[in-house]
Order: sequence, then structure tokens, then C-alpha cells
Amino acid sequence: MARAVTPQRKLVNTGVAWAVGLLIFFPILWTILTSFKTEAQAINDPPLFLFFDWTLENYTIVQERSNYMRFLWNSVIIAGGSTILGILIAVPAAWSMAFVPSRRTKDILLWMLSTKMLPAVGVLYPIYLLFIQLGLLDSRAGLVVVLMLINLPIIVWMLYTYFREIPGEILEAARMDGAELRQEILYILTPMAIPGIASTLLLNFILAWNEAFWTLNLTAVDAAPLTAFIASYSSPEGLFFAKLSAASTMAIAPILILGWFSQKQLVRGLTFGAVK
Amino acid sequence: MATQHSRSAARLMMAPAVVLLLGWMLVPLIMTLYFSFRNYFPLRPDRVPGWAGFDNYVRFFTSSAFWPSVQTTLVIVGGVLVITVVLGILLAMLLDQPMWGQGVVRILVIAPFFVMPTVSALVWKNMFMDPVNGLLAHLWRFFGAEPVSWLSEVPTASIVMIVSWQWLPFATLILLTAIQSLDSEQLEAAAMDGAPKLKQFWYIILPHLSRAITIVILIQTIFLLSIFAEIFVTTGGAFGTRTLTYLIFQRVLESQNVGLGSAGGVYAIILANIVAIFLMRIVGKNLDA
Repeated sequence: MARAVTPQRKLVNTGVAWAVGLLIFFPILWTILTSFKTEAQAINDPPLFLFFDWTLENYTIVQERSNYMRFLWNSVIIAGGSTILGILIAVPAAWSMAFVPSRRTKDILLWMLSTKMLPAVGVLYPIYLLFIQLGLLDSRAGLVVVLMLINLPIIVWMLYTYFREIPGEILEAARMDGAELRQEILYILTPMAIPGIASTLLLNFILAWNEAFWTLNLTAVDAAPLTAFIASYSSPEGLFFAKLSAASTMAIAPILILGWFSQKQLVRGLTFGAVK
Repeated sequence: MATQHSRSAARLMMAPAVVLLLGWMLVPLIMTLYFSFRNYFPLRPDRVPGWAGFDNYVRFFTSSAFWPSVQTTLVIVGGVLVITVVLGILLAMLLDQPMWGQGVVRILVIAPFFVMPTVSALVWKNMFMDPVNGLLAHLWRFFGAEPVSWLSEVPTASIVMIVSWQWLPFATLILLTAIQSLDSEQLEAAAMDGAPKLKQFWYIILPHLSRAITIVILIQTIFLLSIFAEIFVTTGGAFGTRTLTYLIFQRVLESQNVGLGSAGGVYAIILANIVAIFLMRIVGKNLDA
């Protein structure tokens, strides 16, 4: 809503808001800047902001030393796989709850949400044991399944809130014209549901990408994604700020870009439709 | 409206999601319950597995690590909640004002939420809180003060700081969404009646935000009760930063005392469920609307 304010007032607002925004963003900015410094410049006192010899050497070193690409690939497979699998399972469920609601729909939705509240640490050992028994420890397939399951309630909920906004009259009209269930889904619902599905996909990809309990506890070498790759920097040797920054920048850059597109869905997705 | 045919089709479409989540909930839960009543040391062949009755529950509850871990959990969850909600309200009100470049500022403020927990914890730990080379140490020396060794001198506060930075965007975004739904005519009418800004905030804005604040508190509590990576890569649970989650993790995976850890897990599940009940009520009410 456009409220009339004096230009001076607007100028002050702008100044304050930008200062606060930059302050909050500063750790990310500083990490990105440091990634282009040499190790000596990274710890220089006074700190160097823009006037240093920009270099890309940290990025090459990180890739050579720890094979960044493999971790990146694991992250893509695990986050992407779990999200797509989750969507495939959730779309039919959310569709039926939104369009053929029964007396139990509300209870089922709330029950699904309640599984999300189960603290991971409470079931850590059973999952760990099952993973050993099934040979899934340190495998991408195992993590795809676990991350799919922990995000499935959010995926169902998000899709449900989107589907409910599709007017039911359109479906009735289609049915009157003799459309079958399959045609109804394929030609009417799917095109209308695609924006909602895309938003759900995006937000859950981000959540899976950043998940750092199961990915740290259920991987060792082969399936370790970027969260574990970064954690390996927690016991440093010598100067490593610039290399840590380069590794961090590479780990967060893809998600920062995706996150920028998903900021509107964030509210709906994480409040289960309670705030829109 | 729905025919018998479409009803059974609907049930069939729901089945995979329901069955999977039911399995995901019940199987590990029953296993945890089972282990919690056992003496079970997978890496200690000398200790015979057997029934333990309620021993694990009693021992977990009475161990010297239990109450400090509960206290740390409460301090971290409470601290982060207070900081993110108070700053979140202020930030949301600021971002709601007319300004130039609002979209860009919004992105700057939201960005920390997209940073993976291991990255934000390590970046804060090293590049900001390192007592020798960290940016805060530089800043302290610039003002002639002795640099602080953040993660060993004030470890819990440091973790609260890191986690607050991660969750402030979430609180801000939700509160901003709520503020934007406020009818501006109401505020204009109040202003015309001569109500001072503080009263407008107290009697109009804050009540309007109360539901959003409740949701922020409940959702954040559920996530904050199980923060892990932030402690894992900063202090590893040392210096009194061991939360209930971390304590259970150590019992189960580090010392492989599965029975004791599982009993702790059951306590954690009960605790989370108490919070969850309140959240579900609010969300459930919203479904009827």
C-alpha cells in the first residue's frame, strides 16, 4: 500500500533500512570477499575490504584438495532426488485431500504435520541401525529416502494449500462436459497447479540442501554432501580463512540464488499455510 | 458431490504418503522405545545385553549431565526466541515503511536463512569470533580492548548469537507478511484521533501481530530444540554448550550407550510433543476457516 510520506522521511527510512540490511548481510559479503584474498590478506590487520589483489587461487586449491565437485554432485543428487521423489508421492495425496475431502482429511493433515515434529535425535539410533542392516550407511539412496520423508509433510501441506486455491467449479464444469478423472488431472488441474508445484519444489530443494543432522550423521566419504564437506573444515591446519571462505561461497551460492526466487513461498511453506 | 468411485480413487492416491509416513513414524519410534528398556552396548562385547526396566530413564534423568543440558537448551531456545522476535518485529516495521530499494533490502535481510548451518557456524567461529584473527578481535583491538575468546569465554551466548542470525530472517519475513495485512485505515484513524506512535504500536500493531508471533515462537521452538550442526562444528558440546539433543547424540553415537541414549530420546520426543500440541491447535483452527 502506498502511504504518502515526505521525501525526507522516505530518505531516512531508506538510509536506516539499507544500513540494517547490509549489517545483517555482512557476514555473507565478508565471506565472499575473503574468498578472493590470499591467506595472508585474509587475516590482515586492519582488515582489507576492497583494495587487495583479487585472486581465484583459493577456488582451485579447494577443488584440488578436497574434490569439491564430488560433494556438490552428492548435494545435487540428494536434495534433488529427495525433492522430486517427495513431490511424486505428495501430489496425488494433496490432490485427493484438496478436491475429495472427507471427514478425516483434517486429521490426516495434522497427523502428517505431527510426524515433522518428531525430534531427529530421538530416532537417530534406530535409523542408524537400519541403515547398517540395509547397507545404506554412507549411500546417496539412503539419504534421498530419509530427507524425502522428513520433508514429505511440508511438501503435502504446501501443495494442499496451493491446490485448495484452484476453484472447484472448474472441475465440476469439466465433469459435466464428460471429462474423466485422468483427463481432469492431466488437462485442467496440472496446468493450474504447476506454479504451486514449482514453488514447493524450490523451497524443499533448499531445505534438503541445507539439512545438517542426517547428512552429517549418516555419511562418511562416498555420499557426503556439501554440509559435511564444510564441516571437515572445523579442524583447521595453518592459515585457512580464505580457503574456508571459498569453500563456503561455493556451498551457499546456488542456494542464495534459488532462495531469492523462493522468498514468497518461504512464509507459506514454513508456516504450513497458517500465514500467507 | 464426490462419487463412490472418486472416493476410493482418492483413498488410493493418499495411500503412499500415509503408509510411508506411518512407517517413518512408527518403526523408529518403537525401536527407540524398545532400546530404552534395554542394556545395549553395540561396541562392548563384554557387556551382556538384557532388560533394564526403567534404569535407563532413571539414570538419564539423574545423571550429572542432564540438568545442565536442559538448562543450556532452555537458554539457547529462549535467548534466540527473544532476540529474533523482538528484532523481527522492529525489522518488519522498518521494512514496511516506504523507501527506495525495498526489494533489495528484503533480500539482504532474508539471505542468512539460506546459508547452510555448517557454513554459518564455521564462518562465525573463525572469521568473526576467532580471538586472534577474527574480525571482532580486530575491532576490539582497534578500540584498544582485549579481544574476547568468544566460544570459550561466553560459548552459550556466542551460539545464541549465531543461531539468532540464522533465524532472524524467518521471524522478520513472517511478521512482515502479517504487518502488511494490517488495515492501514485503522492506523490512520488512530493517528487522526491523536494517538501517539507508541500507543498505536501497543494497541493496534502488536495485537494484530499476536497470532503471527505465536506461530513464529512455536515453529522456531521445534527447530531450535533440535539444533545440532551449530554446536557440532563450534564447540562440540564443550564449555557447557551441551544441549539435550547434543547429549543424546553423544550417548548414542559417541559412547554407543544405546539404551541410555534412547531413554533420552524418549524424553526429547515428549518435550517436542508438548510444543507441537500448541502449534497443531493453531494450524488446525486455521484449516476450518
